[in-house]
Amino acid sequence: MTDAKVIPFDEDSRTRRGGRGRSRQGARGAAGKGADTGTDAGAGSGAGSGTGDAGDGGTEPLTGVPEVAEIPAQAAAGGRGAQGPRESAGAGPDAAADDEGGESAVPAEPPLPSLGGVLTGLADKMLGGPWERKVASGLEFLRRRVTGDYEVDEFGYDEELTEQVLMPLFRPLFEKYFRVEVRGVENIPAEGGALVVCNHSGTLPWDGVMAQIAVRDHHPAGRHLRLLAADLVFALPGFNELARKGGHTLACTEDAQLLLERGEVVGVMPEGFKGLGKPFSERYKLQRFGRGGFVATALKTRKPIVPCSIVGAEEIYPMLGNSRTMARLLGMPYFPLTPTFPWLGPLGTVPLPTKWTIQFGTPIPTDGYPLEAADDPMLVFNLTDQVRETIQHTLYELLVQRRSVFF
Amino acid sequence: MGKVVLVTGAARRLGGRFVRQVQREPGVERVVAVDALVPEHDLGDAEFVRTDIRQPAIGKVLAQHSVDTVVHLDVSGTSLGSGGRTQAKETNVIGTMQLLGACQKAPTVRRLVVKSTTSVYGSAPRDPAVFTETTPVKSLPSGGFAKDAVEVEGYVRGFARRRPDVAVAVLRFANILGPTADTPLAEYFSLPVLPTVLGYDPRLQFVHEDDVNAVLLVAAGEPRRGTLNSGTFNIAGDGVLLLSQTARRLGKPTVPVLLPAVTWVGQLLRTAGVTDFSREQIRLLTHGRVVDTRQMRETLGFTPAWTTAETFADFARGHGPGLLPPDRLAAAVDRLAAALPAPRGAGPRTGAGADAV
Repeated sequence: MTDAKVIPFDEDSRTRRGGRGRSRQGARGAAGKGADTGTDAGAGSGAGSGTGDAGDGGTEPLTGVPEVAEIPAQAAAGGRGAQGPRESAGAGPDAAADDEGGESAVPAEPPLPSLGGVLTGLADKMLGGPWERKVASGLEFLRRRVTGDYEVDEFGYDEELTEQVLMPLFRPLFEKYFRVEVRGVENIPAEGGALVVCNHSGTLPWDGVMAQIAVRDHHPAGRHLRLLAADLVFALPGFNELARKGGHTLACTEDAQLLLERGEVVGVMPEGFKGLGKPFSERYKLQRFGRGGFVATALKTRKPIVPCSIVGAEEIYPMLGNSRTMARLLGMPYFPLTPTFPWLGPLGTVPLPTKWTIQFGTPIPTDGYPLEAADDPMLVFNLTDQVRETIQHTLYELLVQRRSVFF
Repeated sequence: MGKVVLVTGAARRLGGRFVRQVQREPGVERVVAVDALVPEHDLGDAEFVRTDIRQPAIGKVLAQHSVDTVVHLDVSGTSLGSGGRTQAKETNVIGTMQLLGACQKAPTVRRLVVKSTTSVYGSAPRDPAVFTETTPVKSLPSGGFAKDAVEVEGYVRGFARRRPDVAVAVLRFANILGPTADTPLAEYFSLPVLPTVLGYDPRLQFVHEDDVNAVLLVAAGEPRRGTLNSGTFNIAGDGVLLLSQTARRLGKPTVPVLLPAVTWVGQLLRTAGVTDFSREQIRLLTHGRVVDTRQMRETLGFTPAWTTAETFADFARGHGPGLLPPDRLAAAVDRLAAALPAPRGAGPRTGAGADAV
């Protein structure tokens, strides 16, 4: 019974990881059930010869690959070593440093690298590439910025700034802190407009930022998610500037329609503040989806709706209470009271390091409906409910699969 | 193009340029230029009539010359003389009322073109990013030139209802810039240090003076095949510039000021007479404003020759670099880049690369 519950979920992640996982699963399946999984495992494991065979089939090519890869590496190191002395006659210490770098790949006895080599290596590691080139491209970027020689679109989206500055700023949060797992991102079409509908949670809209990075980094076509944000964001100084430059715009029919018509991927969180500022006890319970304006817009522009479920954002700031007085004083829709905020001051704004999953669902096409469908309230409500149910259902599925909030 | 064209606001540079241009159009027999002040610039062969459009005398001018095309350009934020804001408002609103009343009585009038502004949309955080001609306005301008323009457009709509035989075109211009433009925004950009609102980087759109002239000609003439030149149109150059971008391209340092303080600074500057930094101007510099120009392209059939960026570059050329010229900054960055070692693998290392060992 427990097997039946665990295996399908594993299968899901394995198939994504590719061939290696499949062969391992084949081996395990062969050990357990034999002929039943033999057909699944394919050519490597054979019909019924059992564990050993399948295991060998899996491991042999794996051990083979590094060997093949090592030989040219060694040959290259040797070749460089042979060239080294000839060069060192002319170039002096520089070439010697290069030489050492080349030889350190040979495992025999690593000679001590020079101080310069260490510094270069450190700079390379920190910048993720040859540091001279990185700094040069950084200066080029700086040159364009100080002279104002860059483009923004009509919504104020500064693609260069977003790619070079804003995304790298938040990427560690995405990769290291929340360890976001992205599934089904290929459900967003590679070109043309689409409306991504997400659940909204977490007191502060970190889920929007993470969804944006997820689409940019994991989509095969590297698409940009243009999020629709509440008017409060655009009324606040600082947030206004950042949101506009990051490609977000006001959640209104006009902007959404214009973006969709231009073939952009538009992200919307129809729960709005009701979802963002809901108490911890109501986590993963979807709130009302507004008036379904997003469905009407998708129908009008005939773009598909991609449901998106985000798990993990609910627990980053467990909102135990809501101080209405403070909220009213500050003109905010809610004022969260969490175990750390506002008691610990700014420290309370550090989110908990939960493990996130973002799942994009099968697109719901809207081009099959007649043009006047956007004015049919029944159809709009039905579609809204369908999207809402899909997201809620996926949320429950992901929650069942989740091992723990933090891992 | 009609045979007799009457142009109001001829004493302004924009009006003067249009008067000179429209005379050269084929089919135009006579151009009547009207303003309350004698223009300093040359009006060519146009007949200048010194009259205040706030006075009923304008009706006599219309009848006397049997005018068929009226181009109303005397709608602007600043008054030419020493009247200040009150005078400007009166000319805008009362002047338009008087002119429209005269037009209604003049059977010869066939076409009316009115200069308006995109500031009729206001600018607020709750507004959509891009305004179309039909976007409902969330926050009506509470005062200043924008409110005048809203009122002027209201009277023009009333006139269009009462005289359905007259083709009426309302052109909503984005910020007009150019080498000779004398708009409040041009004055703002000529400040040595640009005060900005902290935490906001507004999107701006510009339209070049040449394009203003060209589109006025399109609107004042007979519509070309497949186009319609009556109705309301947004007029702006392609593309968008952020205020921070304009400041860098102009080479002027910016001083971000908190929003409540900006209003105060604006008042101070206005009192000192440095610039006309009105409340509406501050709102533009806080939230910015971008309009959709599809109607202009598809219905009016006009394509601007200058983009927003080109318009601004032309303006910047006419004004010279500020305290931080962009080319000098670029050169500084280039010097820094030259001091760097060349990338490994791309060539031999130079200079600073010797720090190895």
